[in-house]
Amino acid sequence: MSDPLVRNSAPMASTVPAADILLDLDDVHTHIEQYHILQGVSFQVPRGQFTMLLGRNGAGKTTTLRSVMGLWKVSQGRITFDGADIGGAATPDIACRGIAYVPEDMSIFSDLTVKENMVLAARQGEMDDTRLNWIFDLFPALKKFWSLEAGALSGGQKQMLAIARAIIEPRELLLIDEPTKGLAPAIVGAMIEAFQELKQAQTSVLLVEQNFQFARTLGDSVAVMDDGRVVHAGSMAELAENVELQQQLLGLSLDAHQ
Amino acid sequence: MATSEATSSAVRTAPLLDRLKGQAPALVVILIALLPIALMDLSTWLVLTLAGLAMGMMIFIMASGLTLVFGLMDVLNFGHGAFISFGAFLATAVMLPLTPWMEADSVWLNLAALLPAIAVAMAMAGALGYVFERVLIMPVYGNHLKQILITMGGLIIAEQLIVVLWGPDEIPLIRPLTFQGSFTLGDVTFEKYRLIAVIIGLLVFAVLSLILSRTKIGLLIRAGVENGEMVEALGYRIRRLFIGVFIAGSALAGLGGVMWALYEEVVTANMGMQVMVLVFIVIIIGGLGSVTGCFVGAVLVGLVANYAGFLAPKVALVSNIALMVIVLMWRPQGLFPVAKR
Repeated sequence: MSDPLVRNSAPMASTVPAADILLDLDDVHTHIEQYHILQGVSFQVPRGQFTMLLGRNGAGKTTTLRSVMGLWKVSQGRITFDGADIGGAATPDIACRGIAYVPEDMSIFSDLTVKENMVLAARQGEMDDTRLNWIFDLFPALKKFWSLEAGALSGGQKQMLAIARAIIEPRELLLIDEPTKGLAPAIVGAMIEAFQELKQAQTSVLLVEQNFQFARTLGDSVAVMDDGRVVHAGSMAELAENVELQQQLLGLSLDAHQ
Repeated sequence: MATSEATSSAVRTAPLLDRLKGQAPALVVILIALLPIALMDLSTWLVLTLAGLAMGMMIFIMASGLTLVFGLMDVLNFGHGAFISFGAFLATAVMLPLTPWMEADSVWLNLAALLPAIAVAMAMAGALGYVFERVLIMPVYGNHLKQILITMGGLIIAEQLIVVLWGPDEIPLIRPLTFQGSFTLGDVTFEKYRLIAVIIGLLVFAVLSLILSRTKIGLLIRAGVENGEMVEALGYRIRRLFIGVFIAGSALAGLGGVMWALYEEVVTANMGMQVMVLVFIVIIIGGLGSVTGCFVGAVLVGLVANYAGFLAPKVALVSNIALMVIVLMWRPQGLFPVAKR
């Protein structure tokens, strides 16, 4: 590639066996009205790992998640999930394949109680008690406010509910968009602990984040986006050790969050 | 079950003042219902209140489906009146040949004529709703201007179809004998049909409330009204849900049409269009997408129309528009706004 920022642009293809790749984006383009937002995004999400999607504001991270989820239609390229092409599939079909989505604005149902939000997320029927208690251990506030309207929760509690909703049933892949945005440091700490539990459970996660410290703590692999393209992909450990590369790829957004 | 263990320890915390604030619209309805007592004698107030509640319940039945249709898919359906008119005419077509049963001094024969008429009206209005959604509304999702134009056009065509099928003249309709006349309680005389209309309206509201709060379909509808995109991201097909709600709403409009026709004792091709003005006022006052708001708004409209009609007949002509203006100045999103993304 001619872009000087592009490093190691497709490393996972060579380092991760095909069977271990859960999600594969290949030259994905997405238009929103007349705007060409994603301009050939390519990266892979290995199974059972936390993959961090980093980049400045407006780089195309949220659009990437929404394109995977079918909320924006892909105009070109291929999205493969667990070997199946999901590029043109409808959002409910993509969700039913085992992808859960936690949007940036959390999108909890404010007029429904915490319990009702969870009931809806449990697509297969009754909530599993063991799993629910595990979630209560991760996010005790949800147990406390179980019968309260979700709109009355604090920002951090809403984020917990949004994540709990995504994990109330086992999913193949979680797409999580900026879970720490606007949260107090103490809540971010609790969130990291919760994600570490998910990590121990070998949950596959594609997580958009601007807080590099948070991303570094949790990430196994990383893709960095700029201007609608992936400009770096590789292991998080490699990026975490290379300060020069961090500054080159993430620039001001890194400084702002460190 | 651990779920119940979990729920048993749950705490519901909401300060009393906050809860009262949430109930302010209901308190306003009670206040509006009680204030006129000072301006009239008690028996007149009771009669007018029953008349207002009956009118409100019929409008609620007609409007409840429309408010959900708007909330769920952001569709402005100006053709909803077609289901009201068709319901009324189809029920009339069933009831007229059964006039001897309608006039019989037997509640069972009366019901034997009325219930099939209601069933046919609701079923056919629901079917018409399905066709209306597939043919007219589906091509114009997301475009409000086109929705207004095409659904208005649909309403006009439906009205003309009624004229072709049943003729241009209004058709007089008699109520079943059991529902005619009045009964006296103390020294107050109440019209039977109004009481029945209130009971049916309350039943419909209770059933809708139960479905919306106790069933997964109901939760999906409420969630879909708030954020349809997220409902899809959870794996549910909101389009299917919408079609179901559209059919149910059309069937309810058909039921409302039958009740309104029996209330007015006449059916006309443009009755749907005439009632739509009140229906729109009710769903706007109530808060678009809210069934509870629709119910409270309908009660308000019914009561204000009847009190104003008695106290100041000239004011009654504009009372509901004035009510809508006042409510929107107080709460621009309506009495029970639905949190929409």
